Amino acid sequence: MTATDPAIEVAGLTKSYGDHTVLDGVDLTVPEGTVYALLGPNGAGKTTIVNILSTLLTPGDGEIRVAGFDVRREPTGVRAAIGVTGQFSAIDELLTGRENLRLMADLAHLDRATAATAVSVMLERFDLVEAADRRAQTYSGGMKRRLDLAMTLIARPRLIFLDEPTTGLDPRSRRALWAIVREQVADGVTVLLTTQYLDEADHLADRIGVLDGGRLVAEGTAAELKRRVPGGHVAVQFTDAAALAAAAAAHPGATTDAESLTLHVPSDGSVAGLRQVLDGLDDAVVAGLSVESADLDDVFLALTGHAAGAPTPIASDSATEEISA
Amino acid sequence: MSTAVTIRDSATMLRRNLLHIRRYPSLSIMLVAQPILFLLLFVYVLGGTLGAGLPGQAGGGDRGDYLVFITPGILFMTVASIALGTAISTATDMTTGIIARFRTMDIARVSVLTGHVLGAVLKTAFAVVIVAAVAFLLGFRSDAGVLGWLGVVGLLVLIAFALTWLTVGMGLAADSVETASNTPLFLMILPFVSSAFVPTDAMPVGLRQFAEYQPFTPMIDSLRALVTGTSAGSDLWLAFGWCALIAVLGFLWSRRLFLRVPAK
Repeated sequence: MTATDPAIEVAGLTKSYGDHTVLDGVDLTVPEGTVYALLGPNGAGKTTIVNILSTLLTPGDGEIRVAGFDVRREPTGVRAAIGVTGQFSAIDELLTGRENLRLMADLAHLDRATAATAVSVMLERFDLVEAADRRAQTYSGGMKRRLDLAMTLIARPRLIFLDEPTTGLDPRSRRALWAIVREQVADGVTVLLTTQYLDEADHLADRIGVLDGGRLVAEGTAAELKRRVPGGHVAVQFTDAAALAAAAAAHPGATTDAESLTLHVPSDGSVAGLRQVLDGLDDAVVAGLSVESADLDDVFLALTGHAAGAPTPIASDSATEEISA
Repeated sequence: MSTAVTIRDSATMLRRNLLHIRRYPSLSIMLVAQPILFLLLFVYVLGGTLGAGLPGQAGGGDRGDYLVFITPGILFMTVASIALGTAISTATDMTTGIIARFRTMDIARVSVLTGHVLGAVLKTAFAVVIVAAVAFLLGFRSDAGVLGWLGVVGLLVLIAFALTWLTVGMGLAADSVETASNTPLFLMILPFVSSAFVPTDAMPVGLRQFAEYQPFTPMIDSLRALVTGTSAGSDLWLAFGWCALIAVLGFLWSRRLFLRVPAK
């Protein structure tokens, strides 16, 4: 692949099982060295996209090139370029952490010395040195996920797929995993990740695609997506209740929070709008000021008409089970 | 995928399976115990009576003669027992997440299967030595020379190779581990309708014809001939032929099952 080729190029991707449409014409392009997050609820089609791009599933229609290779005609080329960490742990639980890594190094055809070095480097870097000679069966969820990712990365793929990499992890393990992903990106690796956590996409991704019902309903940077929806506001904190009441009277559309003495004035984020709010204020009574944009929860709600956690009309069985359980 | 890569990846997968055998020995122990239990039951419970019915002995044989008669059949049962275990371990392996990882990697895919088969063949060789040692302790003696024993080992390895490709296919075709432990049971039943435990002459006509023509009979007759140091004759060629046929069909079936892109 040449330097100008995007790492992932998808046009018009569809996938259905009988009458059940899972992907309904997805287009996406991921430039090399960037992080792309597919954001969506359960059943939106995130895992199906990852499985198709990683050659585990055959696509329905569409043109799909990964690392410059056609997934249908050149799956071997795709496999040689990618690393995948799926939603379910892809480690050998009967083997130790060290043996798991060695297995991957051997399958990547590293020579003996290189493999041995790579294994110790990975154990060190993923904080698995102490557990290296214990069976992976005995590992905690966070350790299993780290081992899983280490196994994906030991062969130094240029493009990695992370399918819900932090689902079920505690906040500390999540941050550790984010740090690892950022290191990879700093090394020039391209990352496609799926997540149902809005803050995860916000933290890691250069671009975010919002997937709902097998379709990309919006795409852009986190900031772009936030700008596309109403919900931004200026928050003004006052020194006393009287000043708050006076300001509230001057801004009929605003909401007041009496406890924190804060007035939330709707704003489109423009300088003119901001100036209009500030013009009516006396500096002496203002304790604090901030401009808040919509968070991704607002984005999701506005773009899909339902909250991120709720199932879509074509939700998968597992999502339905979660709701009814 | 070049042959060199296939061999290298198969060796890696073999190491993985040998580690599995070491980490989870109870299945292997159970599978080796099974034929030993058969040997003890048949020699000590049934052997006196069955030995008396053996042809070619003046006034019928005794328990010791029966031990000599069934040892080849028990060695065959050992191979079948390990092969049955391979269906279970293959099916279990397919339920683990690492198989999906292997499918996204640029490796010789068939090595996942050859790893299982080669591991099973080594396990069989080990099991056969133990079972043969037990038979020897019970008083089994043989006139076979070194060449004869080499022939026994070679034929058993070939049978193990063939049956294992078949059971790997069964493990892949099974929709659950439970199914995988049931479908290969016929490997343990069919030897009873062969020359393994009694001479086929003693069976009623229809059954006798089945017993004489089913694939396991020439394998067991050849083993018996090699063990007792007599000439196996055409049985040996028939046994080779059946092994080759079962191995090739089992291999093609397994490969097709494993390489197909899953619908879901």
